[in-house]
Amino acid sequence: MELNGGEIIVQCLKDEGVEYIFGYPGGAVLHLYDAIFHQDDVKHILVRHEQGATHSADAYARATGKPGVVLVTSGPGATNAVTGIATAYMDSIPMVIISGQVPSPVIGSDAFQEVDTVGITRPCVKHNFLVKDVTDLAETMKKAFHVASTGRPGPVLVDVPKDITDPNIKVPYHYPEAVNMRSYNPAVTGHKGQIKKAVDMLMEAQRPVIYSGGGVVLGEGSAELRELTQMLNFPITNTLMGLGAYPATDRQFIGMLGMHGTYEANMTMHESDLILAVGARFDDRVTGKLTEFCPNSKIVHIDVDPASISKTVTVDVPIVGQVKPVLQQMIDLVRESKQRPSEDALQAWWGRINQWREINCLDYDRNSDIIKPQYVVEQLYEVTGGDAFITSDVGQHQMYAAQFYHFDKPRRWINSGGLGTMGFGLPAAIGVKLAHPDSEVACITGEASIQMCIQELSTALQYNTPVKVINLNNRYMGMVRQWQEFTYESRYSQSYMDTLPDFVKLAEAYGHVGMLIEKPADVKPALEEAFAMKERTVFLDFITDRTENVYPMIEAGKAHNDMKLRRAPGAPVDRELS
Amino acid sequence: MRHIISILIENESGALSRVSGLFSARGYNIESLTVAPTEDPSLSRMTLVTRGNDQIIEQITKQLNKLVDVVKLNDLAESVHIERELMLVKIRTTEGTREEVKSLSDIFRGKIIDVTPNTYVVEMTGPSDKLDAFINALSEESIVEVVRSGPTGIARGEKGLQV
Repeated sequence: MELNGGEIIVQCLKDEGVEYIFGYPGGAVLHLYDAIFHQDDVKHILVRHEQGATHSADAYARATGKPGVVLVTSGPGATNAVTGIATAYMDSIPMVIISGQVPSPVIGSDAFQEVDTVGITRPCVKHNFLVKDVTDLAETMKKAFHVASTGRPGPVLVDVPKDITDPNIKVPYHYPEAVNMRSYNPAVTGHKGQIKKAVDMLMEAQRPVIYSGGGVVLGEGSAELRELTQMLNFPITNTLMGLGAYPATDRQFIGMLGMHGTYEANMTMHESDLILAVGARFDDRVTGKLTEFCPNSKIVHIDVDPASISKTVTVDVPIVGQVKPVLQQMIDLVRESKQRPSEDALQAWWGRINQWREINCLDYDRNSDIIKPQYVVEQLYEVTGGDAFITSDVGQHQMYAAQFYHFDKPRRWINSGGLGTMGFGLPAAIGVKLAHPDSEVACITGEASIQMCIQELSTALQYNTPVKVINLNNRYMGMVRQWQEFTYESRYSQSYMDTLPDFVKLAEAYGHVGMLIEKPADVKPALEEAFAMKERTVFLDFITDRTENVYPMIEAGKAHNDMKLRRAPGAPVDRELS
Repeated sequence: MRHIISILIENESGALSRVSGLFSARGYNIESLTVAPTEDPSLSRMTLVTRGNDQIIEQITKQLNKLVDVVKLNDLAESVHIERELMLVKIRTTEGTREEVKSLSDIFRGKIIDVTPNTYVVEMTGPSDKLDAFINALSEESIVEVVRSGPTGIARGEKGLQV
């Protein structure tokens, strides 16, 4: 079969089983768009801004485990995609980005819409390629998918100069079944000796804790994590990225840890004598002050990326491998072993943990006559039966979503953890809805974040992806305002927008349903009404308490046992707000 | 501590910038970097000199290994090894100093490879500290130009850094 470059790319996508590509046409990719026009197998989703394309593809990958695919043109098409590529990179999301480039002969001449895409994206991709010969195209595409989806996943960019897709140059097409790259061989199973050592340490532990992260979601290790945790009766905490990998409603789950983690999770970490870290990377939002991080703990760390091990926190037993097979190896060893962790020690440990739980650190004023953002998330959880896919933007609303929507399944919680990209939520919701058309999808956002990619409401209409936008509108950049309240004596510098659009009218202008909700009593009925409209995208504008803060909070540079709580145990509810 | 890291890397455009970009992005320092193709033209060999404590060096080697283009690497500081650097020095000479420069160059096993009425160019190879010593032995005002390749190195013994 002889194909031109554009047809080769499309055929590669078909052979790779790609369902959707998210993109935006332009000069350098016109040949390729012509090839797309001639087929229906790979569906193209036309976004309204390239950043939206990357977030939609990224979220599609997060929700399915399959790589998301993006197609953008050269120059501004590529630079607009950079934020989304970096977002995927920080959270290790498999994604393949095809970018057009000016024709090879004019590369380097500052041609129209030319930018050094390979150079610009180098620090925020797992790998990138510049295609120099159309005969290399199919193999390069295969390598891109292979590198993106194996080992520690990540975005891979393929930059394709326009002459490579010249419709008049046809070459024989062959899509390799597999690729062999001498320089790329990610680890799979862990070192047996290390695993044995780790299991011995688990059995000896008096105050153990399992700390698991996004790697368990990415590595499909949830079932194994659950089995091991329950066999051992250890407490388990998840990172922001790891939520859902262990069921949040299970008794052994002690909540999220870190900056806005629960009191019990952070205290358990701090007081533990053994940490089993699984697919987590000891990020600064998790560890707090490094020199005071878990002072008495031995650490076992399972990660597919050796560079994540002992990067910020020195680990006692490193295990390099995919979490799923390594956890299975551990389960097998625990099962064979006659030894079990001391029941007395565990009972005492759970006793302490339950005391910390009694502080009820997530409690908030439920009698307020202003809508509390936490209440909206709680009601959303009720109305959706806890089974919706939730995307979020970045800020206070993201933390409320993480704290109050109890994720029981992996891949249900879709947010930008590492890069913290405002504007992620709405295009992400569209990508998720395309992946799971029969599931409920809600985007928890705020009035600041939503405006960063609001143009994608138009995409949602074109492709009929009915998502529910839960706008927690406090008329502030809430998290910025919170930091300013705590550390800048409430000098709210530029964290307030004097003008906001009428979101109801805006939603209607985009062809959707808009709802304004101002009273706590209306929250649940409004959500029920919105979710009853199965075929419509509904924008719910909740006017929430402007002064509400996210608690608990470990302020930057402080340790796990130095948390700011809403109130000391026994103290009256809430403070007076300035 | 000073480390000398040998890297086998795919000889592809952009491979060098992946390495140098990694160092600048993560705030590691590079003292010197040399690179040239090997006997297999699809591979380049890079020798990189850097400094850092054990934790930093461990991260550097892990991050380098993570680059998809890096095939293999070896921290030469971990074993007995040989280091050599090439230096070319242009030295201002006069009737009175010519003999002295010549004999100094001989002592350091340098070769005079270019002569003009007023200058010598000396070629010298050796460990970096030997080259430093030669420079220090010259008077400052006599040095016109110094060109150094940066160190390259190889491990002693039978084992090699190969694919």
